[in-house]
Amino acid sequence: MNTSYESWGRYPGAKQDHLSLQWATSKLPISGTEGKTLLPYGNGRSYGDSCLNDAGVLLDTRRLSRFIDFDPATGVLSCEAGVLLFEVLKLIVPQGWFLPVTPGTRFVTLGGAIANDVHGKNHHRAGTFGCHVRRFELLRSDGKRLLCSPHENADWYRATIGGLGLTGVILWAQVALRRIANPYIDLETVRYDRLEEFFSLSKDSDRDFEHTVAWLDCMARGKALGRGIFMRANHAPALCRAHPSEPRRRLSLPVDLPFSVVNGLSLRLFNLLYYHKAPRTRRREVVHYVPFFYPLDAIGNWNRIYGRRGFMQYQCVIPFADGPEATEEVLQRIRRSGAGSFLAVMKVFGKVSSPGLLSFPRPGITIALDFPNHGRRTLELLEGLDSVVREADGAVYPAKDARMSVESFRLYYPQWAELEGFVDPRFSSSFWRRVTGVVQ
Amino acid sequence: MRKILIVGATSAIAQALARTYAEDGDRLFLTARGAERLAAMAADLRVRGADRIETLQLDSNDLDRHQDLIIRADAALGGLDVALIAHGTLPDQAACEAAFTTAREALETNFLSVVSLLTHLANAFEAKGDGVIAVISSVAGDRGRQSNYLYGAAKGGVSLFAQGLRNRLYKSGIAVVTIKPGFVDTPMTAGLAKGGPLWSTPERIADGIYRAIDRRTPEVYLPWFWRWVMLVVRLIPERIFRHLRL
Repeated sequence: MNTSYESWGRYPGAKQDHLSLQWATSKLPISGTEGKTLLPYGNGRSYGDSCLNDAGVLLDTRRLSRFIDFDPATGVLSCEAGVLLFEVLKLIVPQGWFLPVTPGTRFVTLGGAIANDVHGKNHHRAGTFGCHVRRFELLRSDGKRLLCSPHENADWYRATIGGLGLTGVILWAQVALRRIANPYIDLETVRYDRLEEFFSLSKDSDRDFEHTVAWLDCMARGKALGRGIFMRANHAPALCRAHPSEPRRRLSLPVDLPFSVVNGLSLRLFNLLYYHKAPRTRRREVVHYVPFFYPLDAIGNWNRIYGRRGFMQYQCVIPFADGPEATEEVLQRIRRSGAGSFLAVMKVFGKVSSPGLLSFPRPGITIALDFPNHGRRTLELLEGLDSVVREADGAVYPAKDARMSVESFRLYYPQWAELEGFVDPRFSSSFWRRVTGVVQ
Repeated sequence: MRKILIVGATSAIAQALARTYAEDGDRLFLTARGAERLAAMAADLRVRGADRIETLQLDSNDLDRHQDLIIRADAALGGLDVALIAHGTLPDQAACEAAFTTAREALETNFLSVVSLLTHLANAFEAKGDGVIAVISSVAGDRGRQSNYLYGAAKGGVSLFAQGLRNRLYKSGIAVVTIKPGFVDTPMTAGLAKGGPLWSTPERIADGIYRAIDRRTPEVYLPWFWRWVMLVVRLIPERIFRHLRL
């Protein structure tokens, strides 16, 4: 039972009521909430405040967890918006299908994946999650129901994909899946020593590999700046001889740590070990899809390692024009702060455009990492990173943000004013009020 | 493969349990008042792997249809192994005190309709000589308390009736399973303040019911600690109990 309704970064806090939606065919149970704003809430895996609604009401969608239809011949799945990707995978993988796009955790709802137009390691091929959503039903606070697809209510379709839950409640959706022959991943790991190598590896790999991503050592300095481990992979072929099993053990942090154990020392150690654990040149192996796509899902409530103050995730994208220089500048600033994270990742986004009006991914280099919340020090560091991203015409990911300024948001997402026209008059979020400058 | 009848199938606990059976590849016959909800649930269970799903729109208070329901379920599934009675309401205690008609309605839904179903099921199962009849009662039926004694009386009646029935059917090889959940976060309890260690989820309760039916446990408290909580509650002498605000 989730009675806490936090975001994954556990910062900022919010005090809000919640109502549970039980049936897609019912009206919204919102009588008595007059004067308060509403916001759909899935599984709370957005990091910042885009899933929070301080002083308002959250509409918990987790009980909308029914499958509607799945055709194993065509790989078209329809299900209610509160179904977790974890549950979808359980159903489809044994039947030879996989998610067309997956974020780094299985514990997000289908509705959340659409509302944040999430992306994955195959962005250069497949684009965002929204690219594979055929249709969905949107329920507005006035009771109106809109069936949205690229052909029907197309403007609502665009506004709702990446629309941060503000356009209404997504009740169910239909998604086109990707065929697989087995649950295995043919993975090649390449250690690289400098940032330039990341760019050349990406360029070479994106042609032949469906999934590419790099983990980077955010404590490395000088010529080693940006060094890391490049992972490139394809779904394994049908007759693949290795059959790695799915790791069974699932650890969990049962309680909050009193303070963050992520500090300069633990970071330096982890980064050093992780980097040197990888073979000097390259290694090819067959792995199960779970540890490849969802390494952090193995540790329940991993967000608790950051202690009670929580943490902030930062993910930006830097267009190719200023790519290498701006990327280097971002990495320099993070390294100098000494506050980086265990898992900093970097990837090149491709040209496949998203149907979403407010979608984050665009061609360029994306960097994601988390920072323990040290208050003003952290906020200043991230504002500094924003200054680089703004200069490079980049953007920051709303699903991970808890602090970008009104000015930054308007620069990153000039189309925000257009989205306002689709926002349900009763709906709002802590994030939306913050970045549009609405004072409560 | 099991053949299962669930009455009041769209309740949160029954939905969770039905999913488990569907994932086992079982056959289910579901009844509930809402046709749309039954259809949504049936679609979900089919995708999850149920061998067959049949539904019937039925108000459990429609006692005249109970006999027919059991015949239809048996015919549709090709037999019946398990029957679960899961329908119920949480009546407003104050409203029941103010108006007997309200109390009567609550008793009809939560007690009389259950007795009718159990009577028909017992006779049908007894003739076959095998099967499990499970009924969702409540910890509230273990002792009358001022805050919900109408609901408690109905559930207490159900527990006693099931106890007697279990005694009667034992020799025929039929198990009667009485399920006593504590506080569960479902739409039925929407009016109560939730949260804290005593509250559980429909999924957890459904897991417990699945096990109890599988093992033919006569009586099960869910989660387990309610057995001990209710033991203490029952042991308090009436002279003291009457002073308490429970």
